[in-house]
Amino acid sequence: MRLPDFLSGVVLPRRLSAQGAGDVAVDLDVPTRTAEPDVSYDQSTWRLVLRVFIQSKLAVIGLIIIILMILFSFVGPLVYHTNQVQVNLTQVTRAPSASHLLGTDDLGYDVLGRLMAGGQSSLEVGLAAAVLASVVGTIYGAISGFVGGWIDGLMMRVLDSLLALPSLLLVLVVASIVTPTIPVLIGVITLVAWLVPARLVRGETLAIRTRPYVEAGQAAGAHVWRLIARHVVPNVIGIVIVQTTLAVADAMLLLASLGFLGLGPPPPATNWGAMLSNGLNYIYDGYWWLIYPAGLCIVLTVISFNFLGDALRDAFEVRLRQR
Amino acid sequence: MSGYIVRRLFQALLVLFGVSIIVFIIIHMLPGGPRALLGPKSSPAVVHAFIVANGYNRPIYIQYWHYLDKLLHGNLGYSYHFNQTVNSLLAEDLPKTGVLVGLAVVLAILASIPLGIVQATRRNRPLDYALTGAAFVGYSMPTFWLGILLTLAFSVSLHWLPPEAPQGATVGAVLQQPSGLVLPVITLAVVSIAGYSRFMRSSTIENMIQDYTRTARSVGDSNSQVLFRHVLRNSLLPMITLIGLSLPAVVSGAIVTETIFNYPGMGLLFWNAATSHDYPVLMGTTLVVGTATVLGNLIADILYAVADPRIRYT
Repeated sequence: MRLPDFLSGVVLPRRLSAQGAGDVAVDLDVPTRTAEPDVSYDQSTWRLVLRVFIQSKLAVIGLIIIILMILFSFVGPLVYHTNQVQVNLTQVTRAPSASHLLGTDDLGYDVLGRLMAGGQSSLEVGLAAAVLASVVGTIYGAISGFVGGWIDGLMMRVLDSLLALPSLLLVLVVASIVTPTIPVLIGVITLVAWLVPARLVRGETLAIRTRPYVEAGQAAGAHVWRLIARHVVPNVIGIVIVQTTLAVADAMLLLASLGFLGLGPPPPATNWGAMLSNGLNYIYDGYWWLIYPAGLCIVLTVISFNFLGDALRDAFEVRLRQR
Repeated sequence: MSGYIVRRLFQALLVLFGVSIIVFIIIHMLPGGPRALLGPKSSPAVVHAFIVANGYNRPIYIQYWHYLDKLLHGNLGYSYHFNQTVNSLLAEDLPKTGVLVGLAVVLAILASIPLGIVQATRRNRPLDYALTGAAFVGYSMPTFWLGILLTLAFSVSLHWLPPEAPQGATVGAVLQQPSGLVLPVITLAVVSIAGYSRFMRSSTIENMIQDYTRTARSVGDSNSQVLFRHVLRNSLLPMITLIGLSLPAVVSGAIVTETIFNYPGMGLLFWNAATSHDYPVLMGTTLVVGTATVLGNLIADILYAVADPRIRYT
């Protein structure tokens, strides 16, 4: 089970793993604990990871739900045709019926069709922001850890400063001033999501840097970039994959909060958070179809990514343990 | 240890300096400009006067220097929108958010410690699985969705609790309507309970397999003696760090919670400032929250150093 996002990635203060106190830090499910990262990911280890992953029921459930959600959002509109562009003021807040399976909202949009459209943008933003954040974070962390010295210190203080600010605060400032289109939303969420992977990768890099084969490479005159690309990145790929999966969940939650705060994409585009926020205006009118379906979609998707990330972490840890 | 504290203080100062730079950069990178504030049809003369009056025509490092200078004198600027100093706005709203966050964190600690212990002592049994599932749901639930569900259940359907938070201007007035605080505090606490209880569970399990626990058992201590005298004491320690680290996340939650329940705190102030492009308020609030986080972590680290004598600082 993962820790809350404010901790996953926070390399627990060095003292926690220091002599005598090491006991308290163990099994806190902090991914940095996957020390000993210098194992190559050959075919057999990937197969082992895959096997452990499949054995986890929660992971399989999570994966199935995610696939269903992607099919629902991207393939659904091909089957279930609705107009998600023009408003239809003659069909406002209709209860679910044969012609509108989940009713219509206050502008006459079909809610089921809107869930699909909202799912597209929610999933796109969540996935893109998580991947982008992992790439940026990996590069930053690898450079910081590898170069070391005062540059490392400076880079880490920058990270500390950003981590001290609540993510919603930062994101809210930017999204309230720039029109929150999908690329902007991806950008602002990446702005806060790269911090955790950067910390993680930096911690791992510090350990990798001292390995003999890296020193050999250095002695042979290999460039820093080459060392990072050849030795650091392949060794941190496991924790980065885990972190990315969990980051999708966090990104989607953040996106939903933004939507709720009125910072959804400009109409007629929407996402699940914006839909839920809109439905909230009718909380006293009994229009349940404006409130529950969107909320359920968010919770189901987020929980699935959390299941998936958790199981992946277990799978990668088993790989390390079997060595 | 005093060396450690000094080094830690120095680090915190650096981070605070970094926070001020980041806040300044973010606000200055954003498009918008004076016309967003004065209105799109404001005359060039007015715009120019505004720019000069606020020093926006000076080089950026001079602007930062003036900003920092004012900051160090405790002056957070002047709100365009509320026509009030940011200091007075924060002085009014910050304590109310403090009450909300404080109550939520206390509730989260009180709930998650027993939950974590129960799960650790019955691990991999049905109760543990059920609570793990609940934690997953609590953790994957957007704060505002939880707030809506609670409002629907306890205000709209059952009429037990008011749907709106207390509206007093001062902390005293807010505390006089405790029934209005129940839903916001619970909404804010649930995510933390999900996180803290998992942490407590791991931490307790870890201490249950330590040598000193085995020793305590072998000399004939009862289960509860072992649990409360040996295991609990040690597993509570890392919670200090956890709480310090969780501050930014709790404040993020507070912004959303205050918006749902219309609680007149700093979160609502921040949201209003964001939607009305009131940069000084945004900067001031972000800075105060960042400072509180850095100080919170500093205090947590120092407390930890004092509380756990096993740790040696080199």
